[in-house]
Amino acid sequence: MKIAVCIKQVPTREWQPRLNDDKTWIREQDVSYEMNEPDAYALEEALRLREKHGGEVVVCSAGPVRVQQVIREALARGADRALHVEDEALGAADAFTAATALAPAMAEEKFDLILTGLQSDDQGHAQFGGVLAEKLGVPHSTIIMEVIVDGAALKVKRELEGGWFQHLSMPLPALLTIQSGINQLRYATLKGIMAAKKKEIRKVAAPAAAAPRQKVVALYLPQKSKQTVMIGGSAADAAKELVQRLREEARAL
Amino acid sequence: MILVIAEQKDGKLNRASWEVLAAASQLAAKAGPVKVAVFGQNVAAAAAELAAAAVDEVLVVDDAALASYTPDRFVNAIAALIGQVTPDYVLLPHTYQTRDFVPTLAARLDRALVTDVVAIKADGAAARFARPMFQGKLVADVELQGPAPHLVSMQIGAYRADAVEKGSAPAKVTAVSAAAGDSRQATEAPFQEAKAAVDLSQAERIVAVGRGIKQQENVQLAEKLAAAFGAELAASRPICDNGWLPMERQIGSSGQTVAPKLYVAIGISGAIQHLVGMKGSRTIVAINKDAEAPIFEIADYGIAGDLFEIAPALIAELQK
Repeated sequence: MKIAVCIKQVPTREWQPRLNDDKTWIREQDVSYEMNEPDAYALEEALRLREKHGGEVVVCSAGPVRVQQVIREALARGADRALHVEDEALGAADAFTAATALAPAMAEEKFDLILTGLQSDDQGHAQFGGVLAEKLGVPHSTIIMEVIVDGAALKVKRELEGGWFQHLSMPLPALLTIQSGINQLRYATLKGIMAAKKKEIRKVAAPAAAAPRQKVVALYLPQKSKQTVMIGGSAADAAKELVQRLREEARAL
Repeated sequence: MILVIAEQKDGKLNRASWEVLAAASQLAAKAGPVKVAVFGQNVAAAAAELAAAAVDEVLVVDDAALASYTPDRFVNAIAALIGQVTPDYVLLPHTYQTRDFVPTLAARLDRALVTDVVAIKADGAAARFARPMFQGKLVADVELQGPAPHLVSMQIGAYRADAVEKGSAPAKVTAVSAAAGDSRQATEAPFQEAKAAVDLSQAERIVAVGRGIKQQENVQLAEKLAAAFGAELAASRPICDNGWLPMERQIGSSGQTVAPKLYVAIGISGAIQHLVGMKGSRTIVAINKDAEAPIFEIADYGIAGDLFEIAPALIAELQK
C-alpha cells in the first residue's frame, strides 16, 4: 500500500507570539519550529499501517526550505521518502493555497491512502484535508480515531462530539484526517536519524500560485472577556489569597 | 443574501443553528436578507421552528437520501442549493459535521471559506471575520477574497442563541429539491463507548489538569488538589491522549461540556477546543507558568507561576 502523510511545520508550543511591523503576521525570524502534532499522529498511523500491510510511506509537505526540518524528522521516524513542494511564498499559506500547491505532485503519485492531521496548531483552519480530497477526487472522512484496511476497503472510526463515535467505510483511494491520541507516538532513534540522511526528498516547484482565499488584515492578542484578578507573591501567599477570595468574594468554596 | 445552513439530527435542531442566525444578523445590513436551509428527512418540525426567527424564508430539503449524514451527499446537496439561490454569504455552525464537509464544499464551489469565526465586523468596506490562530495566542481579522459566495463557519458559543430576533409572523417555508447524489462513504449508527462512569456535567467543582503537569507521575498532585477542593478531577485532551487519565474525564469539544460553580485549570494553556467545554463555568481559576496563556483571558482569578509550587501550597491552605 502506498500511503502519503501530509505534514506541516508550525511554531513550537513554547513560542511566544511577536508581530511584524504592520501587525498582519508574526515575526518569523523569532520562531522555532516543530512538526504539527496532529500530523505526527497521522505519520505514526501510516507507519503502523505499513508495518501491517507492507508498502511505503511518503511524507509530503508544502513550504519554504525550512520545512525540511520536519521532513527529516518524519524520515527519521520511519517514512521511506519525501515530496517537498518548495516555495518561499508558501510559508504563511492558508489551507486552500497549501492543498492547491501539493495536489498536482500528489496526484501523479497515485497514493492508495492519504493521511494528515485534523488541523494545524498554527493557523488551525481544519480545511487542508477536505480541500485536498476534492482536488484529488477521492472520498474522505475527518477526525479519525481508528483505521482498518481490508483489501481495497477502508473502515474507520470517526469521532463525533461529546464522547460519541461512528464507524464508516469507503473504497480506496481515500483521504483521512487523523485526531490526536489515535495511537502512541514513536520517536526517532539514532539509527533512524542516520538512515534518514540517505532517504530521498524530491523537491517540486510550486505550481502557478493560487490566489489566496484569505487576507489577514490585522493580527492581535485576544481581548480579555473578563477582568482577571492576577494573584502574585510567594506560592504560600498566593494560595492563601486565592482560597480567601474563593471563599469570601466568589463564594465558590 | 445570506444563507444559513442549520444543523439537525433526528429532526431536532442543533442549538448552534440559532447562534449562526444571531451571527447572520450582524451581516444583514451589508448583505441583505437572511434565508435558512435545513437538510434531512422528516425535518418539517425543525423547519417550522426555524420559521419563528425573523428570516426571509426557510428552505427545506427533505430527502430520504439525507436521512443520515455523509460528507458526499451533504456536499452535493448544499452545492446544488447554493447554485439555485446564489447567496453572497453561506454561514454554518463550526460543528464536527460542518468541519467534515465544508472544506470539500468550498473546494467544489472554488470559493473562499473561513472557519471557527468568533466575531463578524461588518462596519467597514469589506466584512472582516475574527478567528483565533496559533492555539488561541492570537486573533486574526480576515477578509475573504474572490467571488461570492463566501463561506463562514461560526465557533460554537461565539454568538448567543437567545439573541435571535423573532419574526412578527412565521416566515415562509419552501420545499426545494437539491440532488444528494451518490455517497462513496457508507455510515453506521453513532455509538458511545462504555457509558461514562463519571458525569462531570453534574460536578459542583472541577480541577482540570493539562500539559503543564509534564509527567504521568505528577497527575497524582492534581488528584490531591481535586480532593482538597472537594472537586472532580478532569483533564484537557493531551492528558487523555497520553492515557494518563481516561477519556471520560476529558473536557472540551471532543469530551464533556461543563459549567460548574468552580473550575480550577492547572497547567492548561486554553486552546479553543478546551475553552468551549468549560467557559460557562461560574468561577474560573487558572494556574499556569505562562502569563500570556489564553486561559487567563477567561479566568476570574489567575496565578502565573509554577504549578508544582502552587498546587502543594493550595492543598496545605485548603486543609487548614
